[in-house]
Amino acid sequence: MKLLTHNMLTSHVKGVTKGYPLLIKATEVKVNEVEFNSQFVSRMIPKLEWSALVQAAEGLGHLEDLPAELVADYENNEEFLKKVHKVLLEVEVVEGSLQCPESGREFPISRGVPNMLLNEDEV
Amino acid sequence: MASGRRPEHMAPPEMFYNQEEAKKYSQNSRMMEIQSQMSERAVELLNLPEGQPCFLLDVGCGSGLSGDFLSEEGHVWVGVDISTAMLDVALDREVEGDLVLGDMGQGMPFKAGTFDGCISISALQWLCNADKKSHSPPRRLHVFFSSLYSSLSRGGRAVFQLYPENSEQLELITSQAMRAGFSGGMVVDYPNSSKAKKFFLCLFAGASGVLPKGLGGEASDRNVPDQVQFSGQRTRFKNLKGRSLKKGKDWILDKKERRRRQGREVRADTKYTARQRRPRF
Repeated sequence: MKLLTHNMLTSHVKGVTKGYPLLIKATEVKVNEVEFNSQFVSRMIPKLEWSALVQAAEGLGHLEDLPAELVADYENNEEFLKKVHKVLLEVEVVEGSLQCPESGREFPISRGVPNMLLNEDEV
Repeated sequence: MASGRRPEHMAPPEMFYNQEEAKKYSQNSRMMEIQSQMSERAVELLNLPEGQPCFLLDVGCGSGLSGDFLSEEGHVWVGVDISTAMLDVALDREVEGDLVLGDMGQGMPFKAGTFDGCISISALQWLCNADKKSHSPPRRLHVFFSSLYSSLSRGGRAVFQLYPENSEQLELITSQAMRAGFSGGMVVDYPNSSKAKKFFLCLFAGASGVLPKGLGGEASDRNVPDQVQFSGQRTRFKNLKGRSLKKGKDWILDKKERRRRQGREVRADTKYTARQRRPRF
């Protein structure tokens, strides 16, 4: 699971109102090289929840010196975009779990695929 | 969909798409070709802005055949599927998109305004079946469509290729989609052919758009769909029972037209069509 996907995932357990951001408990993390596309990264930045991204990256030990606050004029800052690209698309959680901040429900991750299936009483 | 019976009547999707069935999607070249053709058409119907990499959702991504096409076009995608066997095949094929194990009837677990568009190939009809006692198809459809609506960005489109079982099912799906706030409707490709006929449900979130036209349909040739067109086709009264005389020019033109409507490859009509050859040829 890439951190881009993590930034978009929410918990949809019954009764949970926000369920965001999911807490990552990783046991295995890998870095996979992905082709850099500055246009895509700068398009995605406004959609991101920046604090959640920084928190997730820090937790995995791949912060890549990302600032706590989003820098202004990031579209033309190629160096910054490359860092964001690395954190968003190259860092992957292979094994571990995601935890809902409200209900504490854990969603296991195996082979990089988070299991978001709910039990019948949670729908 | 290799067998004649509808797969959703046999078992729930997580059971039906077992290892054996999943293997077909990485080995059977005919199945792979059909899947990629349908994804190509679905992406065409999505009408994404040219030359802009988009973030897309693939519902029922399976082995990721449809996602391969999205990656080729330079888009980044996230796939959701309920079958672990199919996702394992996707992992073995090393698809570029991120995969999530999830049930579409439980809603899409994504933040609001995430995706620029959504495609789904042959997955929606599975929602119309109640596989467990607690399942209610209208409710599951509603949960799916409303969560999808919120996860799409404004003006985003969703295109579903589906095999509806009957008109009631189709009506249930479209009415639930409209209830969730979508606008749009069905696009049918090759409506006159039983084999090449394909249903696409095109939905718009937020902004309403113009529904694209289906391929190979008569309606797409006409300019004003709600008016009767002057056709000048009196010729049928001359012939027996409305059919042209066999081997005549009309018969050949009719036959070519019929095959064209079925979406088959047919040579264009020229001045040489149905002309007889000279005797010394």
